[in-house]
Amino acid sequence: MSAGCAARSGGPAVEVSHLRKAYGDTVAVDDVSLSVAHGEIFGILGPNGAGKTTTVECVLGLRPPDAGVIRVLGLDPVADRDGVRQVVGAQLQASALPDKLRVAEIIDLYRSFYRQPADAGELVGALGLGAKRHAYYRSLSGGQRQRLSVVLALIGQPKVAVLDEMTTGLDPQARRETWALIEKVRDRDVTILLVTHFMEEAQRLCDRVALIDRGRVVALDTPARLAAQTRGGKQVRFVPSAPFDDGILTALPEVTGVERNGSHVLVIGSGQLVNAVILTLAGAGVTALDVELDSSTLEDAFMKLTARQ
Amino acid sequence: MTSHRPAERWQQAQASFGKVLLNEARLAWRTPRGLIFGVGLPAVLVVIFGELPKDQVRKSSLGGLTRFSVELPVLIAFVIAIMALYSLPVPLASYREQGILRRLAATPARPSWVLAAQVVVNLVFALAGLLIVVVVGAAAFGASAPDSLGGFVVAIALSVAALFAIGLAIAALAGSAAAAHGIGVALLLPLMFFAGLWLPRQEMTAWLQHVSDYSPLGAASQAMQVAIQGTFPAAALLLTLAAYAAVFGFLAARYFRWE
Repeated sequence: MSAGCAARSGGPAVEVSHLRKAYGDTVAVDDVSLSVAHGEIFGILGPNGAGKTTTVECVLGLRPPDAGVIRVLGLDPVADRDGVRQVVGAQLQASALPDKLRVAEIIDLYRSFYRQPADAGELVGALGLGAKRHAYYRSLSGGQRQRLSVVLALIGQPKVAVLDEMTTGLDPQARRETWALIEKVRDRDVTILLVTHFMEEAQRLCDRVALIDRGRVVALDTPARLAAQTRGGKQVRFVPSAPFDDGILTALPEVTGVERNGSHVLVIGSGQLVNAVILTLAGAGVTALDVELDSSTLEDAFMKLTARQ
Repeated sequence: MTSHRPAERWQQAQASFGKVLLNEARLAWRTPRGLIFGVGLPAVLVVIFGELPKDQVRKSSLGGLTRFSVELPVLIAFVIAIMALYSLPVPLASYREQGILRRLAATPARPSWVLAAQVVVNLVFALAGLLIVVVVGAAAFGASAPDSLGGFVVAIALSVAALFAIGLAIAALAGSAAAAHGIGVALLLPLMFFAGLWLPRQEMTAWLQHVSDYSPLGAASQAMQVAIQGTFPAAALLLTLAAYAAVFGFLAARYFRWE
């Protein structure tokens, strides 16, 4: 089966089931299963040493799994080495390029590896490297190297791109530019597997996130739902204009809890929480003053799910 | 999507390897350590040895040969040794250290292409260096052409095989570019001693001669020396070189890691 047929079939873009990989006595990946749909930006999130990089290295076919099954567009990355590499672009951690090659020389080299390469000039322009075409790799800034790395990941017109820790080591400005870049890549109909340990990045970019800790998937959902399931999601804090009975709020389907702290009332819940609380209070003749809304974040979910006992 | 026949894949692999080779040649040209020490230095040494009057005197201790004609095969061995032990393994170890090979492993290209390209580039430089030594030695300083041309070619081929195998084993076992550099230089000095760069083999003690005969560069320079003087090199010398090629080739293949 050719990669093209697999891409058109209805299956997921990337499927990992019960992956296990150990280096000697160290179990890097214990049991990881995930399924990435076509066109998705799928995040793999976790603390250092959780097994994120090993997982994507197995997806790329750089390491054979000890157990489990991996399919990329229906192909086995180990058995069908060339087939998978023709359709998967990679941006790897801890990989450099020769210092004394020029940008255009490196791109020309990588372009020659693929059967249907992208237009180099267009890609270089889109990533803002046009002025650096004749510069040595050595002379590029961190952000420029990152962008060149993205060019190389996309030069084969891949259907799936694996981006490992793209923004680590970049300053906030370059990090934001890289995020815009990743969204541009998705707009090219490329399915993206994004490895990161930045919550903000996952929350901003990913359609779904797998939280990996100690070689296992501890949660897998959209960033919003992961965040919501942690602390009941939303919190409203206010000062009531008059006393009221907590019961009128706890009776609401949106509300999961009410706490009082001095003159402040904290209501925890989900959905259209603010509306429901304010309307109910108004019905009881109470005005909510100094209203503050606080959404729990993916970071809260991360801290809670990966907390060490 | 069109079907891709094996012939097309092969064509594309050839074109890709051509680009890898071109880039390795560019890199070797832009950081010309191997060219300076492996081609430039022997070319200078051949002129110095050729110009020294005392090196053009026939000496009985050298079996009636001049010091210059004894040093010529030693310089050829020097060219091969620099390319094999220094110019070849240092970039390969550095590519592994920097993750350049790992990055290539994630593409349809093979990291082994870089290894093959490095061998080709250094082989070409080694051939250029030894041609310069032979041609300058013969044209400017009257070195005689090898009487046994076949023996000379066989001696060079086996010397290259032995030394390049050792160089690839260094690339396989060194953990970093700095380590490859250190191992290469540390091996080069004793091996060049036994090749006769400082003391001609003929003037060594019997014990040192014995070690020299079984050292890679000693066997290499002696096999070339014998061929220049007109006889096909003894089987023992050629087998010594072949054994180095086999053992270190095996070690390199067994222990080479891409990351």
